Amino acid sequence: MEAGIQQRPGLVLSPRCPVAQPRGPLGGVMGRAGLPGKLAGTARSARRCQKLFQALLPPWLPGAAAGRTLRLGQHRGAGGASQGRAMLTFMASDSEEEVCDERTSLMSAESPPPRCCQEARQGLEDRESAAQWRSQDSEEDLDEDADRYMCSGVPGQPSGLEEELTLKYGAKHVIMLFVPVTLCMVVVVATIKSVRFYTEKNGQLIYTPFTEDTPSVGQRLLNSVLNTLIMISVIVAMTIFLVVLYKYRCYKFIHGWLIMSSLMLLFLFTYIYLGEVLKTYNVAMDYPTLFLTVWNFGAVGMVCIHWKGPLVLQQAYLIMISALMALVFIKYLPEWSAWVILGAISVYDLVAVLCPKGPLRMLVETAQERNEPIFPALIYSSAMVWTVGMAKLDPSSQGALQLPYDPEMEDSYDSFGEPSYPEVFEPPLPGYPGDELEEEEERGVKLGLGDFIFYSVLVGKAAATGSGDWNTTLACFVAILIGLCLTLLLLAVFKKALPALPISITFGLIFYFSTDNLVRPFMDTLASHQLYI
Amino acid sequence: AFFWLVSLLFSSLFWFMARTITDNKDGPIQKYLLILGVLVSVLIQEMFRFVYYKLLKKASEGLKTINPDETAPSMRLLAYVSGLGFGIMSGVFAFVNTLSDSLGPGTVGIHGDSPQFFLNSAFMTLVIILLHVFWGIIFFDGCEKKKWSSLLVVLLTHLLVSALTFISPHYGINLVSTYLIMVLMGIWAFFVAGGSCRSLKLCLLCQDKDFLLFNQRS
Repeated sequence: MEAGIQQRPGLVLSPRCPVAQPRGPLGGVMGRAGLPGKLAGTARSARRCQKLFQALLPPWLPGAAAGRTLRLGQHRGAGGASQGRAMLTFMASDSEEEVCDERTSLMSAESPPPRCCQEARQGLEDRESAAQWRSQDSEEDLDEDADRYMCSGVPGQPSGLEEELTLKYGAKHVIMLFVPVTLCMVVVVATIKSVRFYTEKNGQLIYTPFTEDTPSVGQRLLNSVLNTLIMISVIVAMTIFLVVLYKYRCYKFIHGWLIMSSLMLLFLFTYIYLGEVLKTYNVAMDYPTLFLTVWNFGAVGMVCIHWKGPLVLQQAYLIMISALMALVFIKYLPEWSAWVILGAISVYDLVAVLCPKGPLRMLVETAQERNEPIFPALIYSSAMVWTVGMAKLDPSSQGALQLPYDPEMEDSYDSFGEPSYPEVFEPPLPGYPGDELEEEEERGVKLGLGDFIFYSVLVGKAAATGSGDWNTTLACFVAILIGLCLTLLLLAVFKKALPALPISITFGLIFYFSTDNLVRPFMDTLASHQLYI
Repeated sequence: AFFWLVSLLFSSLFWFMARTITDNKDGPIQKYLLILGVLVSVLIQEMFRFVYYKLLKKASEGLKTINPDETAPSMRLLAYVSGLGFGIMSGVFAFVNTLSDSLGPGTVGIHGDSPQFFLNSAFMTLVIILLHVFWGIIFFDGCEKKKWSSLLVVLLTHLLVSALTFISPHYGINLVSTYLIMVLMGIWAFFVAGGSCRSLKLCLLCQDKDFLLFNQRS
């Protein structure tokens, strides 16, 4: 209760100092925060993320990552042996899908209400009102589940003010998400268009055992549906496993698995990617140089992602590993299966996040109850470091860090006669401690890596299979971004956890198929006659 | 951009249906269908521009009721951005495939077409993008002030520009007249957006206090 009471000043203060906060928040904040702030913020969110994630993620996550690599490894062993590639032996784990699940969620920085004030509404789109989004754990490989959460944690606030505050999250957050998603897609599309390797059919993953080289259309459709069913069931199993593990607090296991999976991703996949790119451009590189490059890249990546590092570098690494994972998916998923899987993943995401008994929702709620942070390694955080401007707060309100979630807050809110919001998630307000220099709260948006991956898979597939048409790729790109905007808007409206995949993927799929079949002949004919519309 | 894309989708749908109705027969009917498709597409584009304007207006008003303190972006800025979005999408869609083809091996005009195919495409794309920007400004301003004549002029000039492209191999007339229209539209948009000869002079001579270079001069 005391913590809640201590929270009170923070909450009360926020309406009183809206001017100070919204005014050039980022500029002022960044100026003061500097790098250490960023690191602290990152570390803190990292700690939070980590705890939450460790709780949330079942061991399969790392296994998922490993499993994903295993799939690749196995495949390489089988089909690659003929190409003279090394056999990789890893433990198979189905956690890959789950990892995929976990990774797809749009996460909001846990921002106490004043932070809402802080973000001045920017941008030109009125629709872009993003509320606070709660971070959800997402591991790299858990693309699907956790990553797709978008929740807006709403700290207790008077409702009108809250509306304003949440709507004051303007286009700035949207842009902060647009840039990394765009970068990831650009990397994937550039690679697809230039490196032949990723469009060659060299076999399939063990999770999609049915081939698509069948004579009849019906058979092919059936095979792709079966592939999807297998994939989705593996994902569901992994997610449930994850939830169970989280409930039983097998943190060390999860942590170790996470590290292993990111190791795999950073070293092995990078090595393969680099090899293929060098082959495409016919650049000779000797093994010592290659070893040095890959080693440096991987080591710095591990440090940045799992520990501390400059925010920009961490973001860059997360984008790169998402792109690498997406490329793997693009290469090893057969065409029709890929589209059906994308659709099914969106549906699953919707179900898992919104249903009361959905695994991801339970995961998030458990994490919130335990007030644990989300592991930063699996979530892209576009955090703006914000130094607490609430100088009036009692430094002893550092106890707020240990403030348990909803019950206390709501009690405290009720005790002050404030309406307690029927929010699913109440963000902890750890950022409120009055220590200005150390406590920096991240006021950014966190998007799960799985979202990145699946967006990139969609756009990459469009680039790879859309008869080489750039129009299709661009149409899918715009559709996905608009879907992201809409999802953020819905988040502002509903203020609860929302999956980030469905709308974007739906738009993307609609636009892919319609552009490929309807728009392309039209535009081609126009271009050949040089008519302009 | 998204709205332009949706309008393109609808217009291609229309054209596709028209084509399948006539069973893909070759001959002059294809050309007529194409022309019809182009004109319908222009109409749909302008319609979507109007829809977008309505949407922005509603969102702007909604935002104002919720948050009276914050200054929403001005309608002029939104007009510029919407025009830019339309223009970029339209330009990119028209040009990017040609661009990627131009990188590949080949000879331009080997079958008797004009060897300036790419140049013409490039210039036309440029002028279309700029025209969309100007049209956006004029259009939104006309909607704001309820001057429906502006909307009509925008629609007509758009149709005119598209129709000019029908005389495709005669690049000279095509390009020159389109550029002329663009300059006219640009001047009109400039005055619509609140510029004037005086402000232009101030800007060019770096005497405008709000402009960037003012301090450097003095």
